[in-house]
Amino acid sequence: MTWTSLNAGIALPEIFLLCATCALLLIDLFVSDARRGVTHALALVTLAITGVLLWCGYSPAPELAFSAMFVADPIATLAKGGMVLGVALVLIYGRSYAADRGIYKGELYSLTLFSLSGMMVMASAVNLLTLYVGLELLSLSLYALVALQRDSVNATESAMKYFVLGALASGMLLYGMSMIYGATGSLNVYEIGHRLLVGEGNRLLAVFGLVFIVTGIAFKLGAVPFHMWVPDVYHGAPTVITQLIGSAPKLAAFAFIIRLLAQALEGFAPDWRGMLIVLAVLSLAIGNLSAIAQSNIKRMFAYSTISHMGFLLLGILVANPVGYSASFFYAFTYVLTAAAGFGLVMLLARNGFEADQLDDYKGLARKHPWFGFMMLMVMFSMAGIPVFVGFFAKLAVLKAVVNLGMVWLAVFAVMMSLIGAFYYLRVVKLMYFDEPVNDITLSGGLGAKIVLSLNCLALLVMGLFPNYLLSMLNDAVVFSLPL
Amino acid sequence: MVTLEHYLVLAAILFAISVFGIFMNRKNLIVLLMAIELMLLAVNMNFIAFSQFLGDSAGQIFVFFILTVAAAESAIGLAILVVLFRNLRSINVEDLDHLKG
Repeated sequence: MTWTSLNAGIALPEIFLLCATCALLLIDLFVSDARRGVTHALALVTLAITGVLLWCGYSPAPELAFSAMFVADPIATLAKGGMVLGVALVLIYGRSYAADRGIYKGELYSLTLFSLSGMMVMASAVNLLTLYVGLELLSLSLYALVALQRDSVNATESAMKYFVLGALASGMLLYGMSMIYGATGSLNVYEIGHRLLVGEGNRLLAVFGLVFIVTGIAFKLGAVPFHMWVPDVYHGAPTVITQLIGSAPKLAAFAFIIRLLAQALEGFAPDWRGMLIVLAVLSLAIGNLSAIAQSNIKRMFAYSTISHMGFLLLGILVANPVGYSASFFYAFTYVLTAAAGFGLVMLLARNGFEADQLDDYKGLARKHPWFGFMMLMVMFSMAGIPVFVGFFAKLAVLKAVVNLGMVWLAVFAVMMSLIGAFYYLRVVKLMYFDEPVNDITLSGGLGAKIVLSLNCLALLVMGLFPNYLLSMLNDAVVFSLPL
Repeated sequence: MVTLEHYLVLAAILFAISVFGIFMNRKNLIVLLMAIELMLLAVNMNFIAFSQFLGDSAGQIFVFFILTVAAAESAIGLAILVVLFRNLRSINVEDLDHLKG
């Protein structure tokens, strides 16, 4: 084993991010509270450089590193690009929100960047060990971030719930991984996939492991019936952390599912398809129906996330590149949509006022027509109304499902989206047709407002030209899957 | 003669005990953290048994990683427990009821 055979250059973005985060952790010790902007700027520069390194390292053919523990294929690289963007948006939108709540500290930045490195490792891991380590690096950082507002009962309570259920999910996943290891005798994703496809290994043991792996994934994704933590964590966590949990990790989860189900357990596609159908149907139904009953917008977003994860699973259960790329598109655009939604919630929040009740949005469009319009675009995109990108994401997934011959499933998903449109449009009605109940002032700097507006407009632009991104993601899936 | 099946059954029993411990426990959060540790140890048992049975050392290396991560995990869990106790003055699972909707 020599240095060159490690092929470590493939992992340059991760290595840089990790080193820069450790440096940031040290530099922040010498920065006073009044000059925290230095940390903020350095974190954004780190993200920008990581993005550039990803861009430069893009190659259409999968390349392995670290004795086939780590791969840089187009799926991983594009997913990582989306994650870097998602995390950058969290830091930009969350700055003044965090400052108002006493969590504008170095920990916010270092833990967020550590969670990003966890996500990036998850996206590139092709060994059960690296998959697990990446997942834990993400999860442990997120548990700590949720509890960052130490004096808040809601935040600490939701951190505890998140921790317990997250640890349970990791345990399930690990138990499944141990069974897969026992059945095939390998930890490598490609090796496992190959051995199971040619019929080597103990199939009974592998199916037993598959059940636990799907359960663990469903917990992490927040699919019904393993969704109990999602509303509480979204509600209890400070909104800046809610935005982090609700955006970039969805892309990491997508890549994680591709590695485990589509690559390692490809031979069991008929088995896991059945399980994912149950999860998707329940998520679509419970997510949309429960969201109607919510009066808190963060809880409403939580249930809407559950229903969106149902759509993500619909694309994956098709189990062919068309379905995977539809899901990839869904996850990618959902990251931007969710980031914009929580960004707008934080824009309205100010010191001592969370802006998390639906009534707080009454009359927003009369007071601030521009940001009312931005919120309208986010809601329309989430509801899947044409011209906005959410429509094309849903369309791509439904097309893949119909091509598979499961028309009933597509019809069911459309019905549930119609029910879902009710609570999205209710927000629009409150903003445009109701009288304001309390005075609405916008917080946040000019830069954050401009980025937020661009983010919302991107939902419209991507909806007008969806084919560019869709074909790019489709190529990525086609280039990455067979090896 | 102790065979692979014996180890797997023992690990399955430990895993089941820990899952029951998480769902049945309504009193004490520390017991919950212990159940989580037990769950990871059950998985370790599985990995070591398979590793020995297959004659492949990768499973034992995985166990070292699980042990390390479990240590970090319980450190974070206990830290969250401490801040929660400061706010709630209780570590009773039933007192975690402020978030509803």
